[in-house]
Amino acid sequence: MKRAVFRHRLLPWALLAPQLAVTFVFFLWPAAQAGRQSFLREDAFGLKTTFVGLENYARLLDDGEYLNAIGVTAVFSVSVAVLGMAVALVLALAVDRMATTARGYTTLLVWPYAVAPAIAGLLWWFIFNPTIGLMPHVLGRMGIDWDHSLNGNQAMILVVIAAAWKQISYNFLFFVAGLQSIPASLREAAAIDGAGPFRRCLTITLPLLAPTSFFLLVVNSVYALFDTFPVIDATTEGGPAQATNTLVYKVYVDGFLGLNLGSSAAQSVVLMAAVVALTVVQFRYVERRVEY
Amino acid sequence: MVERRPLLQAAAHLVLILGVLIVAFPVWLAIVASTHPQEAFQTGLIPVWPGSHAVENYGAMLGQGLSNLGAPPLGGMLWNSLVMALVIACGKIAISITSAFAIVYFRFPFRMAAFWCIFITLMLPVEVRILPTFKVVADLGMLNSYAGLTIPLIASATATFLFRQVFLTIPDELMEAARIDGAGPMRFFADILIPLSRTNIAALFVILFIYGWNQYLWPLLITTDEGYYTIVAGIKRMAEAVDAIPVWNYVMAAAVLAMLPPVAVVILMQRVFVKGLIEAEK
Amino acid sequence: MAAIALQDLGKTYAGGAAAVSGVSLDIADGEFVVLVGPSGCGKSTLLRMIAGLETVTTGQVRIGSRVVNDLEPAERDIAMVFQNYALYPHMTVRQNLAYGLKNRRMAGAEIDRRVAETATMLEIVPYLDRKPRQLSGGQRQRVAMGRAIVREPAAFLFDEPLSNLDAKLRVTMRGEIRQLQRRLGTTSVYVTHDQVEAMTLADRLVVLNKGRVEQIGAPLEVYRRPETVFVAGFIGAPAMNLLTAARDGGAVVLDGRPLPVAAPPGAGPVVLGLRAEELHPVAPGTPGALDLAIAHVEELGAQRLVHGHVAGQPLVAAVAADLALADRLALGLNPQAAHLFDAASGRRLA
Repeated sequence: MKRAVFRHRLLPWALLAPQLAVTFVFFLWPAAQAGRQSFLREDAFGLKTTFVGLENYARLLDDGEYLNAIGVTAVFSVSVAVLGMAVALVLALAVDRMATTARGYTTLLVWPYAVAPAIAGLLWWFIFNPTIGLMPHVLGRMGIDWDHSLNGNQAMILVVIAAAWKQISYNFLFFVAGLQSIPASLREAAAIDGAGPFRRCLTITLPLLAPTSFFLLVVNSVYALFDTFPVIDATTEGGPAQATNTLVYKVYVDGFLGLNLGSSAAQSVVLMAAVVALTVVQFRYVERRVEY
Repeated sequence: MVERRPLLQAAAHLVLILGVLIVAFPVWLAIVASTHPQEAFQTGLIPVWPGSHAVENYGAMLGQGLSNLGAPPLGGMLWNSLVMALVIACGKIAISITSAFAIVYFRFPFRMAAFWCIFITLMLPVEVRILPTFKVVADLGMLNSYAGLTIPLIASATATFLFRQVFLTIPDELMEAARIDGAGPMRFFADILIPLSRTNIAALFVILFIYGWNQYLWPLLITTDEGYYTIVAGIKRMAEAVDAIPVWNYVMAAAVLAMLPPVAVVILMQRVFVKGLIEAEK
Repeated sequence: MAAIALQDLGKTYAGGAAAVSGVSLDIADGEFVVLVGPSGCGKSTLLRMIAGLETVTTGQVRIGSRVVNDLEPAERDIAMVFQNYALYPHMTVRQNLAYGLKNRRMAGAEIDRRVAETATMLEIVPYLDRKPRQLSGGQRQRVAMGRAIVREPAAFLFDEPLSNLDAKLRVTMRGEIRQLQRRLGTTSVYVTHDQVEAMTLADRLVVLNKGRVEQIGAPLEVYRRPETVFVAGFIGAPAMNLLTAARDGGAVVLDGRPLPVAAPPGAGPVVLGLRAEELHPVAPGTPGALDLAIAHVEELGAQRLVHGHVAGQPLVAAVAADLALADRLALGLNPQAAHLFDAASGRRLA
């Protein structure tokens, strides 16, 4: 907290007004509405709405599609996080050994951050297109039949690759920063202590990278939960047969396309709870810094 | 350090080159595809090396677009995206920096309540409140407008938090010296705080520009008038229609154009951006 | 246990900057050698070259009978104590001490024995299961030394290990380091910028400036007979007074007045070195005395440091604490204790 402050009473409110106004009108109010909506049900013609308590939530637990979406989301999130982070970590460790070429490699690896998830999805969809795509052609030569509009697993692989591809840059940057914050003297001491490069990596570098890794795990999870909506929408649209229907996509499909407002609202609230949990985790546990 | 492991060094280079190739691969194919005539895609395999139709394809997309398939000329969409990205970036920075200033440098009743209100927005991504927010925007008559595209996305907790952190690390003595020198709060803000936050503002600009440019769901929902389509949201519409008649070369040209500005911004401001990204997330 | 020999060692960086040039030094087995000099003089670079943390551009490093230029740090049988201790933060003290031994595939029982012995020697047994962040600066310093001792290497290398400690702790620790080294008898190379530390710890001093050796010798020898102006001004506190003077007819002349110091033959100005404690008050007007215009006085309790100017050049004299002072002070000098250097080359004359 600051010791030195200004004593004005009204000025701060004037300064905060724009943010608070937008927050209230476009965040808090709609969120409250979603909450309210989750307790209601509209009839088929949109004429009458009844208060149904927690019935919308209860329905979710019974809903095969919803449970499927939970499973899909779990598989999806874990795969994206693991793939995105593993590749980024290997690249970061490699760049860490470079001296003069590090900057060049970094530039070449950073720019995908700027690519929109929707476009990333489109690009990979193009590569995996069953008719003219490059990968199906290569896979076909190896005896694998690729058609992600028919095969649910293949659809999942497609969206996982597209979503992870985009995240590699972001993870890479943070891993590089994490590696640079490990004091050189620690690695020199380990070298003098007889540890070769691999042993140093395993016993010193990776353990000290743990805070960064944990942080990235949380961020990647949030990313996989929400920011991947465009990837799915631009490629598989939740299909085939619900194979890539993640929770966030289902909210959109049920609400906007299916017009089942109550259920969609309930799903939104559940997702909100998930985000709250993840944010709490992030602020509580990730804010610990390792001291050197 | 004295190290005799040339193999390891070579392996590291190899890994990095592979990484660069994997990362560049999809975009390379897109660029290649955008330089071929339509017929190239009917033979059943996308080309891997560039063709010769670059100028025609890009010209066509910028000029007429695929209007028969529901996609307006790219030029217009690019413009909309630009407006959206710039307004969001500048707007978010302006709002967040003043809010952070208020929260850090003043003591007033309900200060913490205001802080938590802002904090909560971290936990309310657009996808979680789309329907009600859409309704609010519709009720306010903001559909199909630049206002509707930008204002609902402008209140961001991350930027406010970043500035709050920056301000907290600025020594108290600066503010006390300024006060003694007769500066009121706004003067202190303008003459001292803002200049000191320059690098953070620059880095945030890059991050927020990309955020605004790459918005997908929101523009998709609230724009039905072609004149307001943004390019990233518009891409989907184009690709949707593509199943019927493969006009991949045009779609890929559009994708390349859609990627160009944010990527250019990142590369040009790479150092500032990298530094700011790490700090923003701490 | 081994001797270390540096032969014409040099290091030049890619841009052309030479960090170290032409350093030759023979360190006997069991000797405690201190590399001392101001920031940027190349002492740390030199130490790191011995350790293998920096590559050698020219010359040779020998540890024992082996030329180690191309050997990795782990293969040189040396141990290093870093300035910021470099303790592994995610390991306990015990694990920190055992790490180097584990990497060399030592038997578990032997590792435990060595760790216990070293911990007892350094009095850190109560901390064995704590993590570094739970220890104070002095305790961390001991663990850092323990990590080096437990390896029983051919040589210890110290890189300014005491700089991060407060003044009082520094004095205690340097005594402990010295005793430890005597007890273990391990060849040691110690880097510091603090000349008091250098003087108290070293068997021999190596004074470095801008990458080159200025002088090598036992502390007292360097103190009493500095070979260059640089060494004269660097070693000793308060720093030696260095006055520019002229030669005239076999005597040194300051501001036109001859001093009772014999000048070796040759023309050209000289630098006259006089230590503060070698100047004693005399009656005003005594021939050959220095006329000090006093600027200010520092009271140290046991003595007084009188700062002022003689013939326009700054001078400090150490006098008794109870001496009565006016605004001028006449100081006599001891010709035997005066040092003369050639003003152009900085080298000692006679």
